[in-house]
Amino acid sequence: MTDRLSIVVVEKDRARALLIVDSLRETGDHNIFVISEETSLARRIAERQPDLVLIDLTNPSRDMLEELTLASGPMERPVAMFVDRSDAAQTKAAIEAGVSAYVVDGLRADRIKSIMDAAIARFHMFHKMRSELIATKAALDERKIIDRAKGLLMRARGIDEDAAYALLRKTAMDQGRKIADVASALATAAALLK
Amino acid sequence: MNQLSLPLGFIPLVDAAPLIIAKELGFAEEERLSFDLKRAASWSMLRDMLSFGQVDGAHMLSPVPVATALGLGGAGGRLDALQVLAVNGTVIGVSRALAARMSAAGHPFDFADAEAAGHALIAAKGAPLRIGVPFPFSMHAELLYYWLGALGVHAPQHLIVRTIPPPLMAEALASGEIDAFCVGEPWGSVAVETGAGALLLPGAAIWSFAPEKVLAVRHDWADANPDIAGRLMRAVWRAGRWLGASENHTTAAEILARSVYLNVAAEIIDRALAGELILSQTGAEARAPQFLEFHAGAATFPWRSQAEWIGMQIAARLGLDRSQAVTAARAVFRPDLYRRNLAGIVHRMPISSDKVEGGLVHAETLTGAEDSVVLNRNRFFDGRIFDPTGGKVTKS
Repeated sequence: MTDRLSIVVVEKDRARALLIVDSLRETGDHNIFVISEETSLARRIAERQPDLVLIDLTNPSRDMLEELTLASGPMERPVAMFVDRSDAAQTKAAIEAGVSAYVVDGLRADRIKSIMDAAIARFHMFHKMRSELIATKAALDERKIIDRAKGLLMRARGIDEDAAYALLRKTAMDQGRKIADVASALATAAALLK
Repeated sequence: MNQLSLPLGFIPLVDAAPLIIAKELGFAEEERLSFDLKRAASWSMLRDMLSFGQVDGAHMLSPVPVATALGLGGAGGRLDALQVLAVNGTVIGVSRALAARMSAAGHPFDFADAEAAGHALIAAKGAPLRIGVPFPFSMHAELLYYWLGALGVHAPQHLIVRTIPPPLMAEALASGEIDAFCVGEPWGSVAVETGAGALLLPGAAIWSFAPEKVLAVRHDWADANPDIAGRLMRAVWRAGRWLGASENHTTAAEILARSVYLNVAAEIIDRALAGELILSQTGAEARAPQFLEFHAGAATFPWRSQAEWIGMQIAARLGLDRSQAVTAARAVFRPDLYRRNLAGIVHRMPISSDKVEGGLVHAETLTGAEDSVVLNRNRFFDGRIFDPTGGKVTKS
């Protein structure tokens, strides 16, 4: 089966790796191999001689793959990043979605397109989920610190929760700062005075 | 206000300081720019973010624009180096086991003599020597090939240079995957702190004036946005001048230490800024001259001779056509834009955009057009002199 493409997916997280593999399988009968271990990454990939390597753009280990762009041995095939220079739009979409692909030199662009489209869609979803998670966590952290500052004010000044919040909000507005910043400063100061 | 927001990328390293300081201390604002700094996870990611327009400028390894021009790595168009961001600032470290063997054999760990250190390293380890660098196209890799090559150790039989992300360098050293590393600060000092290794040499001991990082932009972007490029360059140049003053180091270290930037203790960052390094966990210290320069000795000038040296080294190693490599390399360093955009604030401009690399034992004053230019010590450890051919273009 010379038609089958050999694809390596570099991904530590097992659940994510499975999702990527699933979406790639929908595009055809490929030979997919997941590498989750990052030591000697370039050597592990070179041993597999894949046609295509997919890796998260934000993975620091990605720099190890740059070595693959230089064929250092007679048995090794040089790989180029992305499909080719002509398909800049797809490359740009991939970067925005957070996936990078290394493709063996000479592989025809049309054979990769559907795979890349699937990978881009999948990584785009991961990217969105991650941003949402970060935003949610930040909101929770802010909420926690504001609650603590309210508690400090209620005890120190003998006021109720609404009055404490109003005081924080007024101070923030007067100083042109965020409520969370004022709360954080108050909590730090209180910890120092303890 | 009318500030223009400019997306710029950086890698968390001490030599990203000019971009960070320009933002934090108002040098960008002075030029009506607001730097939107994006921290990247790897050099290839940052190169691609720049190539495909997610950022308009980036803190970049000086050989990357040259390699890109030679068609090595990346898929985007040409990148230009507007100015040098930092000279030197790297360290070479060895594993604890290797350091112990070298000490036992009588190596003094003077953090200065590259020839003696090289011989001691070769004697203690034997072939093949496996050394980690952050990126295949980096001054780190070039300095290693140059240094060990001059001492008779050549890749790939006796020397294996591996790419390892700096945060994983200490782990690779501890697990025995590599014997030594060359990395930018603060990662060498972090390896000392964690006990993974000991520092052997500053990069400056191999070449005392090596262009380490540049301010890179897309060639097309620089053409299309001459006014913004000029404002960006002036803001970054002023930040470099501020960083060059030793009284500012403590403040700079505090700012760089913040979690959004390096997220490393200010005390560790301060070592690189001051050029006073702690070499091992026993607390041995060394003061390294010209350890990291942001300003002195015309540090920010993008000399075409520097680009040519990089192009020649890469071409020789990979068997590329040398004259083509020289022409391509020289074109991506842009002293022409440096002269045009910084004319109002840099009073001392060199007449030539080339200099003999490795030719200065002591600091030297050149007679410039309007005033004199002081150049710092610029020597290769083996005394070799690189006289640029000038490529096909003799004037810039």
